[in-house]
Amino acid sequence: MQWQSLSDFLAMGGYGLYVWGSFGVCAVTMLAEPLLVRHRRRQALRDIQQSQDI
Amino acid sequence: MINWFKFSAPSTFYPLAGKLVPVFWLLAAIFGAIGLYIGFFVAPTDAQQGEGYRIIFIHVPASWMSMFIYCVMAFWSLLGLTFGTRLSGMMTTALAPTGALFAFLSLWTGALWGKPMWGTWWVWDARLTSELILFFLYLGYMALHAAIDDPRRADRAGAVLSLVGVVNVPIIYFSVKWWNTLHQGASVSLTKSASMASTMLWGMLIMALAFWAYTLAVALMRARAIMLEREANTEWVKHLPDIRRAA
Repeated sequence: MQWQSLSDFLAMGGYGLYVWGSFGVCAVTMLAEPLLVRHRRRQALRDIQQSQDI
Repeated sequence: MINWFKFSAPSTFYPLAGKLVPVFWLLAAIFGAIGLYIGFFVAPTDAQQGEGYRIIFIHVPASWMSMFIYCVMAFWSLLGLTFGTRLSGMMTTALAPTGALFAFLSLWTGALWGKPMWGTWWVWDARLTSELILFFLYLGYMALHAAIDDPRRADRAGAVLSLVGVVNVPIIYFSVKWWNTLHQGASVSLTKSASMASTMLWGMLIMALAFWAYTLAVALMRARAIMLEREANTEWVKHLPDIRRAA
């Protein structure tokens, strides 16, 4: 364990912008993708439901 | 002997995929937590690159997955062109956006790694350019598939594109050997001491497993959505228990 404090961890030895810019975009996109896919499947189910109700 | 063709029927594959999705999410979460723990708290500071090298724990797995997913797409495409199964095109289409995401993440994290270490976000060298071409191949597949109204014809056109494009994958992989490039060779040789190589390597491999499980989970989810969209008028979809639950 090489971190003395939280700010030390966030600074990443001066590479904070690059390290967190990488991990941040990775986290956001990999959370957004499954949410978009879940929405797509629910929308498909709703469309089928509506076409059956008519 | 398992009858694999039985599983290639969407009516069989849909409920099976539904059972597998939570399993792969769990695996992705477990491997992701272990991988990030190793990446940030176990792996030591690099002698040359300081803490900046920690981008490796997503850069390399994302790059591997971007190449691997394209190979899997080419495999499904070959099956689709040979046997004409509906599932093949659905799986290829389900994988493409996730492959594009990993190709993008590979380029993005590479740029953020290149800037502090090489002094530039981007160079037109063999490794980076061939990975950019891979990203465009994914986008090209998605655009081509979306441009053709008949899904079966779109599947066949897409299958040809993904089979032709797969030649790019070995070019990416061997580009660091075939041409002079800023990009380093094998990632493992970065390290100096043997103990450090092993923690870094384990962190990378476990993160790669996490990305692999993520890919399966999200691609199977997308395949289920595509099956519902394409087979909306079939009997098996009409009698799906999901239909009533969604209301």
